[in-house]
Amino acid sequence: MSLALSAPDITRALTRISHEILEANTASDQIVLLGVPTRGAHLAVRIAASMASIAGHAIPVGMLDITMHRDDLRMRAPRPIMPTSIPSCGIEGRDLILIDDVLFSGRTIRAALDALGEIGRPHTVQLAVLVDRGHRELPIRADFVGKNLPTSITQSVKVHLSEVDGIDEVSIEES
Amino acid sequence: MRHLLSISDLTKVQAISILDTATELARVSDGAVKKLPTLRGRTIVNLFAEDSTRTRISFEAAAKRLSADVINFSAKGSSLSKGESLKDTALTLQAMGADAVVIRHSASGAPQRLADSDWMTGSVINAGDGTHEHPSQALLDAFTIRKHCAKGGVDLDGIRVAIVGDILHSRVARSNVLLLNLLGARVTLVAPPTLLPVGVESWPVKISYDLDKVIGNVDVVMMLRVQQERMNDLFFPNTREYSRYFGLNADRLKLMSHDSIVMHPGPMNRGLEITAEVADSARSVIVEQVANGVSVRMAILYVLLAGGPLESGGK
Repeated sequence: MSLALSAPDITRALTRISHEILEANTASDQIVLLGVPTRGAHLAVRIAASMASIAGHAIPVGMLDITMHRDDLRMRAPRPIMPTSIPSCGIEGRDLILIDDVLFSGRTIRAALDALGEIGRPHTVQLAVLVDRGHRELPIRADFVGKNLPTSITQSVKVHLSEVDGIDEVSIEES
Repeated sequence: MRHLLSISDLTKVQAISILDTATELARVSDGAVKKLPTLRGRTIVNLFAEDSTRTRISFEAAAKRLSADVINFSAKGSSLSKGESLKDTALTLQAMGADAVVIRHSASGAPQRLADSDWMTGSVINAGDGTHEHPSQALLDAFTIRKHCAKGGVDLDGIRVAIVGDILHSRVARSNVLLLNLLGARVTLVAPPTLLPVGVESWPVKISYDLDKVIGNVDVVMMLRVQQERMNDLFFPNTREYSRYFGLNADRLKLMSHDSIVMHPGPMNRGLEITAEVADSARSVIVEQVANGVSVRMAILYVLLAGGPLESGGK
C-alpha cells in the first residue's frame, strides 16, 4: 500500500476544484452540486462549503444514487440502495456538477447521466472527481480533477474520508 | 438470497435491508417518472392459482416499475383449470425463460415444492400459500408500522401490535408473527379460541380472548378477514356475535390510544370484522398499505433479481 494523497493534499485539491468550478461557471447562482454516495456525497458537501466561502453565497448541494441505473448489477451481489436528495431548487436549467471520489471505468458516471434524466434537464452537466485513475471503458472525461493517478488495472485505489472512515487519505493497494 | 418462501428464511439484517430499500424505492413511486431500468430484459411470471386483487396487481406494478416483462397467469382461463399439474406448469414457464415466478396457491407448501425441485431455475416468490405464509404482505405491514410508529428507528423494537380475528386460516398472521417478532415488536393475538391454531402456545406471542382489554394498550391494531371460504365448520355462533366481540367499531376506536393505527391486509368484510366508519377513518392506514405494497415488492424483486448469480463483491 502506498499513500497517494495525504489529508492536506485532499484539502488543497478540493479548494482548487472549488476555484476552478467557479471560474468555469461565471453565473455562480446557477450552480448545483450533486455527489454520488457515499464518498462523492461527502466531497460535494465539502466543495459546496468551500465554494460558498469564495462566492459569498450558499451553493445548493444534494446527492444522487445511481445503483438502479448500473449496467453491471447482474455481475455481482445486489448492492444496497443509497438515498437521493435533490436540492429544493431542482436541477432544471441549472449548471450541474456531478462529484465522485474516483473516476475509473466511467460506468458510474454513465449511470448518473441516466439517473439525471428522470429528475430534470440541466443546462450543462460537468464532472468533478478527486482522483482520475485512468482505464476508461466509455467516452467520459472529468472537467475538474483533484489528482491524476496513473495506476495499473490490477491495483485498487482506496479513498478514505473523515466523515465515514475517520481519516482523510487516498492510497493505492496491490490486489 | 434466491427465493422468498417464508419469513423464517430471513435474518433481521436482511429484513431491515428490504425495508430500507423499499424506503428509497418509494421515491420512485412519488416521482414524475415512475420507472427504473434495473430489471430490463427479465421476465417475471405471476402464477396465481387462487384469486387475488391487491397482491397480483401490486407485484405487476412493482415489476413494471423496474422495467421487467410481466406475464400474468391465473387459474381461471388457463390449463390449471383443466387439471394440469404444478410440475407441468413449471416446466412450461421454464421453457419460456421465466427469471422469477410469483406464486399464489391454495396448497400450503406449493412455492417450497417449486423452489426445491429442478423443474425451473428462476427465483420463486411466495405470494401466499394456503394457510401457511404470505411474506411480502408481512414485509409491507412491517414497512407501514415502521413508518408510523418507529419514530425513526430501523427496527420495531418495543412496538405493541394486536392481530385480531381469524388467526387459524390466516397466512398473513403467521408471516406477521414471525417478522414482527424478528424485528422486536411485541405481538398479542386476539381471537375466539376456535379461530386459534393448534400449537399457538408455542408461538412467540401473548394470547387474549378479550379485545376490549387489549385495544387500549397497543400501537397497532391489525384486523384480519374472516375467511368464510375456508370455513367448512362452525367456528362462531353467528356473524353478529362475532362482530360484537371481535369486530372493530367506532366505540372500540375511541378506546385506542391517540397515535395508534388500524391496519387490514384486505379484502375487508365491511360490517363483519371492521365497520365502514373505522375503515374510512383517519386512523386507518389500509389504503396506504396498498401503496407501500408496491414499494416493498419492488425491493423484494430488486434484492432477488438485480444481483448476479455469484456472491462476489469488490470494486
